[in-house]
Amino acid sequence: MKRRGMELSLADHSAPQIHKIERRLFLKQGLSLGALALLSGCALTDDENVQTVLTGMSRWNDGVQAWLFDPNKLAPEYPESAITKPFPFNAYYGENEIREVDANSYKLELSGLIRDTKPWTLPELYALPQTSQITRHICVEGWSAIGKWGGVRFSTFLEGIGADLGAKYVGFKCADDYYTSIDMATALHPQTLLTFKYADQILPPKYGFPMKLRVPTKLGFKNPKHIMAMFVTNTYPGGYWEDQGYNWFSGS
Amino acid sequence: MEAIRQDRTEWVKIHPLVVRITHWINAFAILVMVASGWRIYNASPLFDFKIPNELTLGGWLAGALQWHFAAMWLLAASGLVYLVYGIVSGHFRRKFFPIAPRAVLHDVLDALRGKLAHEDLSVYNAAQRAAYLAVIVALIVLVLSGLAIWQPVQLQELAALMDGYEGARLVHFFAMAFMVLIVLVHILMVILVPRAFPTMISGRARRKS
Repeated sequence: MKRRGMELSLADHSAPQIHKIERRLFLKQGLSLGALALLSGCALTDDENVQTVLTGMSRWNDGVQAWLFDPNKLAPEYPESAITKPFPFNAYYGENEIREVDANSYKLELSGLIRDTKPWTLPELYALPQTSQITRHICVEGWSAIGKWGGVRFSTFLEGIGADLGAKYVGFKCADDYYTSIDMATALHPQTLLTFKYADQILPPKYGFPMKLRVPTKLGFKNPKHIMAMFVTNTYPGGYWEDQGYNWFSGS
Repeated sequence: MEAIRQDRTEWVKIHPLVVRITHWINAFAILVMVASGWRIYNASPLFDFKIPNELTLGGWLAGALQWHFAAMWLLAASGLVYLVYGIVSGHFRRKFFPIAPRAVLHDVLDALRGKLAHEDLSVYNAAQRAAYLAVIVALIVLVLSGLAIWQPVQLQELAALMDGYEGARLVHFFAMAFMVLIVLVHILMVILVPRAFPTMISGRARRKS
């Protein structure tokens, strides 16, 4: 009956009952919107089964991105005039907590599936063949900025130390307790650099002194700063943000 | 009176099963993508406003990204089935065309005055045709700009069509805003013409003979 009344009065909006029905429908709609609101916040994401599916999808997306990754495809490079000034500082802590690493006592530690695990001093690293790039750093938050980094091709370094290039992962441990890892295919990409300079100057502490891995084919958080140790492994090493739910591959 | 009306009413099939199933899967996927997308937007707003967190999904950026990049597969799969079905079966051609700009304008004005006729739910009026086609186009733009934001290096040729990564973000935002606007109008119209609602579930509508 009600539905029929509704039909009939559609042609005539002045009929009083339509307002009553409209109001009731509106209330009903409001209630379902409220139910939807319950979906938001942590409530649903905290549900174990939902989280299992979401984590599974994130692993699936790792696979899709590894498949999409073209080892010969280069990230766009930009002219000096395109560099973002000032280049933003970003870390899991504030700018007042930036770690200072002592240059004189610094030694890069190597471990895992590497033939020559002799630690490297800064002068030794600076003596490696240097190159530079001006690329876009894209943050997982959405913003992006263009910067210029200089250093050695990571593939050159990995070959030099006799790393097992058939291994799955390269992991990094940093002076600020940050840690992350990347896939070997990305590690060997020609634009993946072990950098010691920003804008032609020795990396200032806020950009990761003494060295930062620059990976223009991945999101910003996959570019570790203040690297103290690195290792090659076939065991998934995870990462600081990755272990909290951010996608591991995070390619771009 | 009641009995006579009953006699004159016949049930006609207006929404094919594929359309109904994909409609609801798409609706769910779009709801998840928009709500999680708003949370992602909030992590680095393009403009001078944020979306209230109560309207977003995911709890924090990582959670929102997980929802967004999970639901995208659902939308891609369901959307593709809908598109292929719509084109191959002739559903789009029958339901959305012909579409004349003058008729669209006429029906939109009628709708604004509350005078738009919905007597026969099996035939879309010009305003509906335009709105549904616009949502389809907006979704295609959303998927393409989304892919460009997700993989701006691997899919850099696609990103370049939108002036690169930052351009793709803008395209993604405005396509979202446009789609949300049309969906809101769509929901409002369903509230005003509530008998349209069950037809997207049962597929059938009553038509006076």
